[in-house]
Amino acid sequence: MDTLNILLMGFISIVIINNLVFTKFLGICPYLGVSGRIDMAFGMGLAVTFVVTLSGTLTWMIDNWILMKLGLEVTRYICFILVIAGAVQLVEMYMRKFFPSLYESFGIFLPLITTNCAILGLCLFINLWGINSLLEAVVLSFGAGIGFTMAICIMAGIRENLNLADVPECLKGAPITLITAGILTLAFMGFAGMIR
Amino acid sequence: MANESQPTTGLYKETLLAGLWRENPVFRLLLGMCPTLAVTAAVKPALTMGLCVIFVLVCSNIIVSLMRNLLKPHLRILMFTLTIATFVTIADLFLKAFALTMSETLGPYVPLIIVNCIIICRAEACASKNGLIVSVIDALGMGVGFTLTLCVLAAIREVLATGMIFEVQVMPDAFVPWAAMGMPVGAFITLGLMLGLVNLTNKKKAKSSCHEV
Repeated sequence: MDTLNILLMGFISIVIINNLVFTKFLGICPYLGVSGRIDMAFGMGLAVTFVVTLSGTLTWMIDNWILMKLGLEVTRYICFILVIAGAVQLVEMYMRKFFPSLYESFGIFLPLITTNCAILGLCLFINLWGINSLLEAVVLSFGAGIGFTMAICIMAGIRENLNLADVPECLKGAPITLITAGILTLAFMGFAGMIR
Repeated sequence: MANESQPTTGLYKETLLAGLWRENPVFRLLLGMCPTLAVTAAVKPALTMGLCVIFVLVCSNIIVSLMRNLLKPHLRILMFTLTIATFVTIADLFLKAFALTMSETLGPYVPLIIVNCIIICRAEACASKNGLIVSVIDALGMGVGFTLTLCVLAAIREVLATGMIFEVQVMPDAFVPWAAMGMPVGAFITLGLMLGLVNLTNKKKAKSSCHEV
């Protein structure tokens, strides 16, 4: 029961309160780049969720079972980035085979998941927070993916309506998106202090 | 001799200036947003971050430029990433050894330089096509442009959030610190408004140059 409690709290905390996009500024590039349409945003979110769950789990295993045993913590970043690149390659191959249209519409942003800070960031945060059970690492990684999907979908929904709004000429595009993101962050700050 | 070197010097100067303003990584290319937003709550971490990025950018551009003829096209991104990861590890260990508190403030954002799009973008767009000197100059221009942007953003946020800059009081006593500027909200909104301002100046400039012609 206790474990379940910790897992549930960890999940809610990383989805809503410590959301990677809103509070840690991770994954801003796709957050601004792919949030133009809600279906693409959702697809991107799912791809990221898959990659982040896979790589979060794998890097935890590599870090705890191989690197720390052998005293090779120095090579941690290199190992992490290799795992992530491999996971992205996997998703890319799968998407090209089964969802060619979605694959086309992502274009450059799919390989760029490798350089999505949210993924490497989460792997580093798991390491930093000293998570020491595999189950918790898996739940946190999955939660981070869900949190990212939620953030990018909310943003896409707002931006679809923003197209109809009368925005000053010089603020069109990225600036207004950033300001919207700021206000959205403010809204999510209301959840702070709910847990811990 | 002097005449011969003139065009190359011009090219070097052009490359250096491109990174500072015309192709400024943050304002014009919208690259490297995550660290831009995350470390700019105060000027000191922003400056440290900028210096780290300059170091990694220059080193990785040198290595990529030296090995550009050996790269296989489908493996090049992987090679870039591994090169960058190596230098980031060096920078991270250096910070941990000589500036522990700063290293703790920056936290995971130092290793996150690996996935900073600026570095991989410069490796791909410049270093893998150009010679050593141009690559180094390009890296310096881009890095300094990035650092300056970071510092300006951090200075605005620090002054508004605490009324201080480098721990020196600059605002009058009556100034009420604007706590929100130190939080994520401040980062997003300040950067958004700055981008808008840059767009506005550029448009005005374009307009006035049209009139002159």
